[in-house]
Amino acid sequence: MEVVERQGNYLTMSIGPQHPGSGHMRLIVTVDGDIIVKVKPDPGYVHRGAEKMCEVRTYIQNIPHLERPVIIDSSGILFAYILAAEELIGVQPPPRAQYIRIIMAELNRIISHMYWLSIYGIFMGHSTMFMWPMGDRELFIDLAASIGGTRVTFSYFIPGGVRNDIPPGFKEKALKTFDYFVKRLKEYEKIYFNNPLVLKRTQGVGVLKREDAISLGVTGPNLRASGVASDTRKDEPYSMYDGIDFDIPTYREGDSYSRAWVRLEEMRESMKIMRQVLDKMEAGPVKQPMRGQIKGKVGEAFARTEAARGTMFFHIVSDGGKFPYRVKISVPSFRNLIAMSHLLEGNRLADMPVIYWGLDYWPVEADR
Amino acid sequence: MKFWVETFEDFLKRIIVIVFWLLLLLPFVIFPFIFIVVPALGIPLPNANQILTALLDPLKALPLVNDLGLGPSSLFFKIAAFPGFTFAALVATGIILYERKLLAKIQVRVGPLYAGRFEGILQPIADLVKLLFKELLVPAKADKTFFFIAPSLSLALATALLAVIPLAPDIFIARSELSLLIPFAIIGLTPLVILIAAWASSNKFAFIGGLRALHQLIAYEIPMMISLVGVVILSGSLDLFGIVEAQRGLWFIFPQLLGASIFYVTMLSELERIPFDLPEADTELVAGWLTEYSGMHFGLLQLANYIKFYALAVLFTLIFLGGWLGPAFLPPFAWLLIKLFFVITFMLLPRAFMPRVRMDQLIRLGWVWLIMLAFVNLFIALLEASIGMIL
Repeated sequence: MEVVERQGNYLTMSIGPQHPGSGHMRLIVTVDGDIIVKVKPDPGYVHRGAEKMCEVRTYIQNIPHLERPVIIDSSGILFAYILAAEELIGVQPPPRAQYIRIIMAELNRIISHMYWLSIYGIFMGHSTMFMWPMGDRELFIDLAASIGGTRVTFSYFIPGGVRNDIPPGFKEKALKTFDYFVKRLKEYEKIYFNNPLVLKRTQGVGVLKREDAISLGVTGPNLRASGVASDTRKDEPYSMYDGIDFDIPTYREGDSYSRAWVRLEEMRESMKIMRQVLDKMEAGPVKQPMRGQIKGKVGEAFARTEAARGTMFFHIVSDGGKFPYRVKISVPSFRNLIAMSHLLEGNRLADMPVIYWGLDYWPVEADR
Repeated sequence: MKFWVETFEDFLKRIIVIVFWLLLLLPFVIFPFIFIVVPALGIPLPNANQILTALLDPLKALPLVNDLGLGPSSLFFKIAAFPGFTFAALVATGIILYERKLLAKIQVRVGPLYAGRFEGILQPIADLVKLLFKELLVPAKADKTFFFIAPSLSLALATALLAVIPLAPDIFIARSELSLLIPFAIIGLTPLVILIAAWASSNKFAFIGGLRALHQLIAYEIPMMISLVGVVILSGSLDLFGIVEAQRGLWFIFPQLLGASIFYVTMLSELERIPFDLPEADTELVAGWLTEYSGMHFGLLQLANYIKFYALAVLFTLIFLGGWLGPAFLPPFAWLLIKLFFVITFMLLPRAFMPRVRMDQLIRLGWVWLIMLAFVNLFIALLEASIGMIL
């Protein structure tokens, strides 16, 4: 906190990096009364040089390393890396491994969206909406932990497949959880999504128009909330997403309320995907055996996947050695940050947490 | 001498100074005062024998206390202990615990569990001990006088509310012909204290929180007062005793349902509770006007808020739910406590299912809707009085 400084009738405040409503970043907000005049996001507090550090790690060592920027959606960021790395290494995962990867990615999408939802609730002062999703998120963490072994950072995807097969009895446990969760989502709608005060707080707040969303390069649920039916899983199907039937939830309004609905509907779609995958899966190997030091071919590889926050893009350049020569990550959070200051200006200070978190900005992911 | 103890050396020096002055004062001032001045003024002092007996058997201490004029029927006891401060503070800590347990049950949690044998029943005491041991941090640029005054002032104002609120026909501190107006006159001073606290903190978040509190409380006090005029018309009295007695036939919540709802909403706003907790909106303003307060300062402010909570809940019970009236198999005070419990539960519940509203929405609600509805309620009351519904 600096001392109160006044320019004209404006008050400039530094919100963050130690503020209950900011995360590991700072927003320099200028307010005129209650209206936000100018916002200058100041990211970079958690920049760890994740891309540079990839250059001194082997393709395998990079797996646990690259989860760190977004542990909440660790399989989401790893999926793109693994696809690009496999192209360089030259291995093909068996079909069962690809299906298990989809299960893991969708589980992680739900875990990430649940975390988002609970923080979205508490940012409006709705404490029950904080506790309920946080509690129900544990069920999905349990499911993911029974596959991956740990609670958040699974390091589960490896070049040529996945680390291990899913445990016996997983399907029954998963279906039971989904059945429970579908009922639970209806309760969420009652207490939160159809709550008149939530409607008042979020409807028409932080409207991101379709054209703006496209020109600012917003991706993921935020883009879909602005009326663009864009999803990498459908547009450029990777892994086994091609043969799976699911919808892209799209809303036209582009306000904070539709951004919440998109994520709620996405959780339903994720469960739909997982149900299909669990039916389709056939017994078989889950990884391609590999021996010796893994080296990439000379050349470069791209991969684009749909992580929980939007399009996750990896570009890996290899010089034929055991380390990648260059790894470039294009993360969705950074794109959403560009939209943030655009959305905040002209709104009220009380709308700041709603818009900020409505975009699902994850500072660690953006800073890398 | 420095005011703050910074090093261990300072601490030792401070203790030596205190012991020195104590040794000096005891023989020259305190003993002469007790053994020469007090007997000369004719105040009866208990002798050592009586004091020892009283220590062993507290019941025998009662006549001694009575002799000193501090017995259960004295004004001092009323103010300090039973219908007054201590009772209110106990109920307030009870409310805090009850709120935490209730919310925990709604949110599928357990809530406080480990302090005390049964369901974390000693948690308020644990919280108090924690707050007592915390350092009182004062911002470098704070206005220290006002910064220190504000918590005590806040507590004093909250406790002053209790002065004219009766709990039963025979349990009250003071009686007044205008006992309905006095609490609201005192409540009207709260924005001032909040503004003092906010301004003295020299913090932007506290400042914005203070301004919000000011806007909010002013917007809500007017409908609060108007919503009670209907009750005054129906009962023909400004005395809380008179209002309660007028409800022998029918509780005022039935003819004055609209007025009771308005009073309930304004009460939540007055207490800065969700959905109206904008002055302390934690995700925007850290903790609003409470941002810079720590340790027991914060404890006092919270205690003040919950004593106010208790006082307003009692007022709601008295004005709309017939206070201590009820079938005769229970004493009047028990009826009041039972009704109070339901009122408190009802006041705690919005926190479980409501988000925070925005400043502009809140002010529109206060200045447009609630004032309008309060006037509508006034006409309803006039209509009811003209057809002789109550009187």
